[in-house]
Amino acid sequence: MKKDCPKSIVEIRDVVFSRDAKPIFDGLNINIPRGKITAVMGPSGTGKTTLLRLITGQLTPDKGHICVDGKDVSTMSREQLFAMRRRMGMLFQNGALLTDLDVFENVAFPLREHTDLPEKLIRHIVLTKLHAVGLRGTWRMMPSELSGGMARRVALARSMAMDPDIIIYDEPLAGLDPISMGVILRLIKRLNDALGITSIVVSHDVQEIGSIADCSYLMADGKVVASGAPEELSKDGNPIVQQFMAGMAEGPVPFHYPGPDYEEQLLGRVVE
Amino acid sequence: MKDWLCEIRDAMKAFVRTVGELTLFFINIVMYTPRTLVRRPGLVVKQVFNSGTMSMTIILTCGLFVGMVLGLQGFDTLQRFGAEEALGTFATLSLVKELGPVLTALLFAGRAGTALASEIGLMRATDQLAAMEMMAVDPVRRIVIPRFLGGVVAMPFLAAIFNMVAIFGAFIVGVTFMGVDEGAFWSQMHANVAVADVAQGVIKSVVFGVVASLLAVYQGYTSVPTAEGVGRATTRTVVTTAITVLILDYMLTAALIG
Repeated sequence: MKKDCPKSIVEIRDVVFSRDAKPIFDGLNINIPRGKITAVMGPSGTGKTTLLRLITGQLTPDKGHICVDGKDVSTMSREQLFAMRRRMGMLFQNGALLTDLDVFENVAFPLREHTDLPEKLIRHIVLTKLHAVGLRGTWRMMPSELSGGMARRVALARSMAMDPDIIIYDEPLAGLDPISMGVILRLIKRLNDALGITSIVVSHDVQEIGSIADCSYLMADGKVVASGAPEELSKDGNPIVQQFMAGMAEGPVPFHYPGPDYEEQLLGRVVE
Repeated sequence: MKDWLCEIRDAMKAFVRTVGELTLFFINIVMYTPRTLVRRPGLVVKQVFNSGTMSMTIILTCGLFVGMVLGLQGFDTLQRFGAEEALGTFATLSLVKELGPVLTALLFAGRAGTALASEIGLMRATDQLAAMEMMAVDPVRRIVIPRFLGGVVAMPFLAAIFNMVAIFGAFIVGVTFMGVDEGAFWSQMHANVAVADVAQGVIKSVVFGVVASLLAVYQGYTSVPTAEGVGRATTRTVVTTAITVLILDYMLTAALIG
């Protein structure tokens, strides 16, 4: 059954998804408002990256609906999916720059693939995007010559090249030093404010992402356990929310992966 | 006994599934090949350089020594019958019809095939293919097809160069070292090697080019996105290409000889 959902730019309704018989989502509901920064947070292994892959149509839910700008992603043909993705940008955890192309060609890549713009205009757009992320001077460098933070900024310039309506950030701050982290955070905020695009940020850097997000979702056990403005989340009484926001080892989300009794295993009494 | 049967059944199912996937993959490549040739000829030329020109060292070196060994062995065998002047014919027919296309395909799998598989596999492991999908660019059309076509175009030329160098190697050993008459070497070759013999080798090198390139890009594209997965894909490229080329060689020889 096709379901239209025009209110939010992305609407996730009753999504059930499992992989290799392991349930990931069980009745997930999320609304991503247009033109805002929405943070999706949660402990490791809760399926945040899987959620992004569902939104972009790289995966299909077992049940439920994922609508992007009113259209159900799971019923789209490959051509329709590609048409939708042309209006989206995605920043991967590692940047995912094309290693055989230099910085300029990486940013120019979507323009060359999807438009017939003259070379002069492509050059203008690429340099403008690189300038926006502060890396115009690296235009002739290869991806292998860039630091992790720089590679992510170039990837951000590439994701903006087609002036998308939505930019999706997958763990944009993971492994960055405080300076690079601050730069990326300011860029996300500035791009959102200046261009009016919708930003979806998946992260577990609670304080940093909370400082720029308009609304946040906290996921655990395949569902949303709390949502609202970041300050509302920190006041939420739910023990899972409290544990995550305060970064406590003890709580409803176990630190240890389930296994046999520690003492029994150390003493060799567990059949392995 | 039951477990053993189950394992055979599972292996057969996996084999049939892989053959089916490979066939669909090939059909997908063939469908979009004309468009790639028209829209992205530059990418194909670049891959002809990567698969062809970059393989020249191994082709020239191996070709020369294969020819030299053929010259030695051929002379040793033919002189027993007093027919050492037929060395040119012997070496050329062996190379053009059989050794040239087969050995070039095996060397191609080892040099260019592994490079293709590991490059595409690493692109998958580092999310470059996923990034292309997200930019609404089909990785099969942008990455796989130019590399496949590059291999297909390069293989017959590599086989031809291998044959030329190897004949030269046989000439050096036979004429220069063993004293076979130079005129007899070339004239016998000219008289006894027909266009049909050369055509047989050309047909084989084209077929092997398609097979070696297809298996390399397929293994890379379907590799598990880990270091181990890329390593396995690279190994599988060489193993499957070697087996397939040798089986196909027998089938083609049987068909072409009639």
